[in-house]
Amino acid sequence: MAEAEFEAALAAATRRHLEGTTGIADLRRLSAGASQETWSFDAAGTGAPQPLILRRAPGGVPENRSTAIGQVREARLIQICHDHGVKAPNVRYVLEEEDGLGVGFVMDRVAGETLAPRILRDDLYAEARPKLAGQCGEVAASIHAVPMGELDFLPEITPEQQWRNTWEAYEKFFLQWSPSPVFDYAFRWLKERVPARDRVTLVHGDFRNGNIIFGPEGVRVVLDWEIAHFGDPMEDLAWICVNSWRFGNIDRPVGGFGRREELFEAYERASGVPVDPERVKFWEIFGSLRWGVTCRGMAFTHLTGHDRSVERPAIGRRSSECEADLMILLGRR
Amino acid sequence: MRADRPTADELLEAVEEFLREKVMPAVSGHLNFHSRVAANVIAAVRREVARSPEIEQAQHARLAGLLGHDGDPRALNRELCEQIRNGGRDLDDAALLEHLRLVALENLGVDNPRYSAYAKLNGE
Repeated sequence: MAEAEFEAALAAATRRHLEGTTGIADLRRLSAGASQETWSFDAAGTGAPQPLILRRAPGGVPENRSTAIGQVREARLIQICHDHGVKAPNVRYVLEEEDGLGVGFVMDRVAGETLAPRILRDDLYAEARPKLAGQCGEVAASIHAVPMGELDFLPEITPEQQWRNTWEAYEKFFLQWSPSPVFDYAFRWLKERVPARDRVTLVHGDFRNGNIIFGPEGVRVVLDWEIAHFGDPMEDLAWICVNSWRFGNIDRPVGGFGRREELFEAYERASGVPVDPERVKFWEIFGSLRWGVTCRGMAFTHLTGHDRSVERPAIGRRSSECEADLMILLGRR
Repeated sequence: MRADRPTADELLEAVEEFLREKVMPAVSGHLNFHSRVAANVIAAVRREVARSPEIEQAQHARLAGLLGHDGDPRALNRELCEQIRNGGRDLDDAALLEHLRLVALENLGVDNPRYSAYAKLNGE
């Protein structure tokens, strides 16, 4: 679909779904993500322009990825979370077939910053930075408190299944070429310590610096809910601590801005559930391993010719960052 | 590798400089980002070409030591990985852990030595 045609269809859809709008303005593509397209635009009408975001499957065509829940379920989830007071965007409408735009949804555009290096280094966020780890703990607690009965469209991924899914990706991306002894070591270490399936909640699944909009006062909303599932809530507390998301601030484990104790204390206060640091450590090691395997998988998308670019094969080599992170985590026990 | 000049590394160096000094300042947005990625890829390939012989030799020697026999280095790595996987290796073995630490440093030293974990794992 040509850009002019796309813009006209989006304007028509917005007029149809949002009463009082007459058209759209300032349409810009924000990301060319592999699994999602993100567009920014304003709805114009009688009042002030309404800042909006369109998230849709690439080209509007849904893909069949085992871990992603798809845009329609993602929109439902975000709206339910928003309605329960979670810092999630407000969904304005879900694309319908007659819109001719494929699969996706439109939500309010929240002003703020997602670029981690700015959040970690710009003066604008200096005052908020010491509070961010605690705020992230509170937000995680609010996500884990959303009633599961309203989310029966989400899959459960048990700790054991998480291990197995990542192992299967490792078999595909590494074993048929050359195994990594570091990854094999991490797989066995984790296999011997897979936590019991006990407390099961909604898990965001990609809760990290980079997927959160911050303002000078702190957390505004959490984005990227596409791999949400039911599972061990400690996954979320660990993923935000994985070194890949500290953006150089290796000694500030929570997102590059805070201490684990601040995250855990705020989470415990908000949820009333004690945090077991050993279990979080399991998930942090698992997170580094999964990210290392995922990086190599991106190179395979390139090598198998589906989507050629210079970025994907380069990301493939980032798995060695995870090898180093794993040896820091596993080497000193 | 050919002995005459320009050497392979000198050619790659020229491409890296071209990307960093000519292309990047002239373009913005995604093209600027991808130009930087491309320059970083060239830099990693240069490090790999320069260090591979030494790294492969060191890894080969360590693998033969850990396994107690010699062989093709790739086959030795595979054998060690299988032993780790199948429970045939003690995870607390100091020599194994040191080998893994060095493998991580060797790989990251080629791919991205500026990553924060490199200095930490290297004891710096």
